[in-house]
Amino acid sequence: MELNEEQIHRYSRHLILADVGIEGQQKILEAKVLVIGAGGLGSPILYYLAAAGVGTIGIVDGDVVDMTNLQRQIVHFTSDIDRTKVQSAKEKINLLNPDVQVHIREERVEADNALEIISGYDFIVDGTDNFAAKYLINDACIITKKPYSHAGILRFNGQTMTVLPGESACLRCIFPEPPPPDAVPTCSQAGVLGVLAGVLGTLQATETLKYILGKGDLLANRLQTFDALKMEFRNLKIKKRVECPVCGESPQITSLIDYEQTVCDLKL
Amino acid sequence: MRLTINGKEETVSDVVNIADLLKIRGIETPEMVSVELNSEILNRVDFETTQLKENDQIEFLFFMGGGQTRG
Ligand SMILES: [Zn+2]
Repeated sequence: MELNEEQIHRYSRHLILADVGIEGQQKILEAKVLVIGAGGLGSPILYYLAAAGVGTIGIVDGDVVDMTNLQRQIVHFTSDIDRTKVQSAKEKINLLNPDVQVHIREERVEADNALEIISGYDFIVDGTDNFAAKYLINDACIITKKPYSHAGILRFNGQTMTVLPGESACLRCIFPEPPPPDAVPTCSQAGVLGVLAGVLGTLQATETLKYILGKGDLLANRLQTFDALKMEFRNLKIKKRVECPVCGESPQITSLIDYEQTVCDLKL
Repeated sequence: MRLTINGKEETVSDVVNIADLLKIRGIETPEMVSVELNSEILNRVDFETTQLKENDQIEFLFFMGGGQTRG
């Protein structure tokens, strides 16, 4: 794909980077990335991938924009309340960068659609906010050997990791099973400082672009944690486990599982 | 006993195994934690039987991504 004059202008700060250049920008323009969840993490992910010129961006989300989302989900505006998140996000991306083809799916990822949803994409970004979806995405990516970026945020903390199936540790290597729903008392103390979504989502977008470019060291076999109160980043070495239930030597999990989702009702 | 916990050196007493350590650290929801001992993730069922020794390095890894709020 040849860059046209407008693109040479638009991506000039990429083109002058030795590790991107015209060749790298062409890779970005040809890349197909799926972002699951157009919420807190998804917002900065979508903005930066769109601004960078990722040629095809898929967005999956079954929710509509709610007033309580706006504190952190910066792709949605006050005027978007009650609109579907995928429509609202698509509109912003189109305004930001008309080079990007946006494919939207207004639905939740579930065991019976996950494999089909992720097929056709080069890299998957998990921007969801619940364990059920996170395990589903992990297992679907391991089973179909798709690289993906995981992240989670809670209160003043966040963590992220890039998973290269077959090569690096996956979510189940660290947490073999989701916590039992009744053991998520974190609901009572849930909540999150909005900017955490920005910090972690931006790291996920960075990893996505590095993967597309084939540059640098991905956050594979490492868990990056961030504590905003201490303003501390830590990088923990993680190993792929031979006894991992999905990516280990004799996996017990070979098809997708729908877990019960824990949803907290906010009582004010 | 001197341990390195989440990257910081600490001296703890009355701690024999991982379950003890979770208790004295006030971790109320052990179901939400994975424990890495000297770079190996432990099986949850081994928390009570895994003995700690001088200079062990322990990382508590917390589940994140629950607590979805419905406004
Ligand atoms: Zn694994």
